[in-house]
Amino acid sequence: MMARKHTVLAATTAAAVALTLGACSSGGDDAGTDDGLSGEITVLTNRTDIVDTKLADYVEEFQKIYPDIDVEFEPLTDYEGDVSIRLNSKDYGDVLLVPNSVSQDQLPTFFEPLGTTTELGEKYQFVNEKAYDGQVYGLATFGTAMGLVVNTQVWKDAGITEPPATRQELLDGLKAIREKTDADPYYTNYKDKWPLDQWQNNQGSVAGAGAVEERTQSDAPWSEGQEQYAIDGLLFDVVDAGLSEADPTTTNWEESKNLLAQGKVGSMVLGSWAVPQFKSAAEKIGENPDDVAFWPIPFGEDGKLRSTISGDYKIAIAKNSEHKEAARAWVDWFLNESGFAESEGGIAPATGSGLPESLGTFTDLGVELVELDPMPEGKESLDNDIANGAKIDLWGSQYRQELVDIARGAAKGDKDSFFAGLNSRWADARAAATD
Amino acid sequence: MSVMNPTRAPGRARSAAPAAGAGRPTRRGWRATPWLFLLVPLGLLVLFTFVPVANMVWYSFTSWDGIDPVKEPVGLDNYVSIFTDPSIFSVFLVSAYYLVGALVQLALALYFATILSFRTRLRNLFKGVLFFPYLLNGVAIGLAFLYFFRPDGTLDALLAMFGVTDPPQWLGDRSIANYSLAATSVWRYMGLNFVLFLGAIQSIPGELYEAADLDGATSWQKFRFIILPGIRQIVGLSLILAVSGALSVFEIPFVMTGGANGTSTFVIETIDTAFTYSKVGLASAMAVVLLLIVLVITWIQRKAFPEDKGDLA
Repeated sequence: MMARKHTVLAATTAAAVALTLGACSSGGDDAGTDDGLSGEITVLTNRTDIVDTKLADYVEEFQKIYPDIDVEFEPLTDYEGDVSIRLNSKDYGDVLLVPNSVSQDQLPTFFEPLGTTTELGEKYQFVNEKAYDGQVYGLATFGTAMGLVVNTQVWKDAGITEPPATRQELLDGLKAIREKTDADPYYTNYKDKWPLDQWQNNQGSVAGAGAVEERTQSDAPWSEGQEQYAIDGLLFDVVDAGLSEADPTTTNWEESKNLLAQGKVGSMVLGSWAVPQFKSAAEKIGENPDDVAFWPIPFGEDGKLRSTISGDYKIAIAKNSEHKEAARAWVDWFLNESGFAESEGGIAPATGSGLPESLGTFTDLGVELVELDPMPEGKESLDNDIANGAKIDLWGSQYRQELVDIARGAAKGDKDSFFAGLNSRWADARAAATD
Repeated sequence: MSVMNPTRAPGRARSAAPAAGAGRPTRRGWRATPWLFLLVPLGLLVLFTFVPVANMVWYSFTSWDGIDPVKEPVGLDNYVSIFTDPSIFSVFLVSAYYLVGALVQLALALYFATILSFRTRLRNLFKGVLFFPYLLNGVAIGLAFLYFFRPDGTLDALLAMFGVTDPPQWLGDRSIANYSLAATSVWRYMGLNFVLFLGAIQSIPGELYEAADLDGATSWQKFRFIILPGIRQIVGLSLILAVSGALSVFEIPFVMTGGANGTSTFVIETIDTAFTYSKVGLASAMAVVLLLIVLVITWIQRKAFPEDKGDLA
């Protein structure tokens, strides 16, 4: 009996260990031949909301042309965080979107080159955004224009029917909303942080296509006359004049869609990708989706309207993929045949695509679309390096949250002192990065 | 007769002992069995705690950005920049709010534990109510309190019932945001301290109270001379946990404000340095520094409140 008890114990332990290790098996090893038309590919996606609906439909359509390719979607809620870490391993799917944390010079380490910039530049837009050394590593799934998502009814109640064409007109319009209606003229969405990063996408609207290079060559981007000053200065002035919500620390992104649809908020700076989301939020709560419109942001006083267009997340093929041809087939189909861009209200990636319907106002107003130039060779990560070295997260929200805090009086300082501080950190980091 | 022949008894004992010591069938137990059971937990501990910490210490000597396959060593540069950059250490001032909050938390927990150790009506209900917040998930608490603190939220509505019509912005006002967050933290963790103190107080023998009654002691005197000395160890432990908890506070401010508006703490700064600014090397150095600080404080505790070596025999 003692012996049996001992054996039972050992057997149970062995079984428990085996079960635990069994759960660690790697999935997805498939026996497809690599002739390019068969295989099983894993596609990582950040769209957890449509993975079972729209994306599943795309797979069905795709398999009508390539019946032997199996496409598995892997949705990730914290896409940036999870994929950035997985890049350290060998397993990050076959097709994925390039995370923002990868700098240009790291692209060849993780992704397959898709073609040269000249060759792909004829077929697609935004090829320079994830290109290095003349090779393209990621193609934009759709393009976005920057602008102001507005509730036209709120603006009408304040007496404005046309989109403001100059900066002063915009500020006057927001002031009118504050005085004549109950709505908050502008909603910063400060708490969720990422809506504040959206402001940086406006780069190029003031300085033109060479905006990024200009910034890396300046020791004081936050001084009058420079683009960064114009962009961040507008946000500062809006908050400083009391034209934003009372307590930014308790804002809520999802709720903000309802607030705008209901007419409790007048405007928000976002990309055109947001328009379909706001319209569907309006429908869901029974408001009129046609009240939601997209206007260009006037940064200057000359009446000339510009909007920067850039690619959204870029789709790429993993360097370690075992089914590169099948992956390429999916990428090509997704970009050209799926209709994803149109369904998202974005600019289709193929060259020569016009603006989608949701940006009709832009065509009517004659808004000039600005696409940023690539950085010169050898300097692709310079802008990132300087920003990280200065601890100014141009693409994050920390320094913009500080900016909002100073503007609303919650933090010490004023516009000049804050911008002077940013300038000095930038200059120091620039000196360190360029020597 | 056994007294005249003492050698026989030891002889029998001698023959029994070797059999037990050698682990022969009569005792039926491998000496290795405990270690076999510990194999899996120790394996997991090494894999998920010791190996990552060792890696982290190594990263702290490099300038790694989290993605690059090459990690370039930079020696002590990261540590030097931590101690020379004023912005990094200024966040420890925020921890002071949580420290004061923790002291309030200990005082409240001690008070409740004392009065609920004795015959009070509905005391089990009160014990449950006081302990419940500790069982809740931190993120859920953070989100619930966000709604509690927002303008025209729950707290403002409650205050309006009492006639307070112009409440400040609990999270928006930088001068009180940290108080609001520290209060949330106190609400959350008081239950744990309360239960620890309760257990300790109940281990004090009841005769001491009877003796005190006979001597005519007041409640306060009983508390000061019987209860406090009896639970000295637990109070010391709770104090140290409070201090190290205040230094490494993360969850509540991160969920509620993300560290914005002057509520950033050292651990939030570390996370931002690692993932927003892609400086995993520097962030690892910050984590190592925090670890060393906590170790120093624990060592101080061991000196100030030495453990009574209990006799388990």
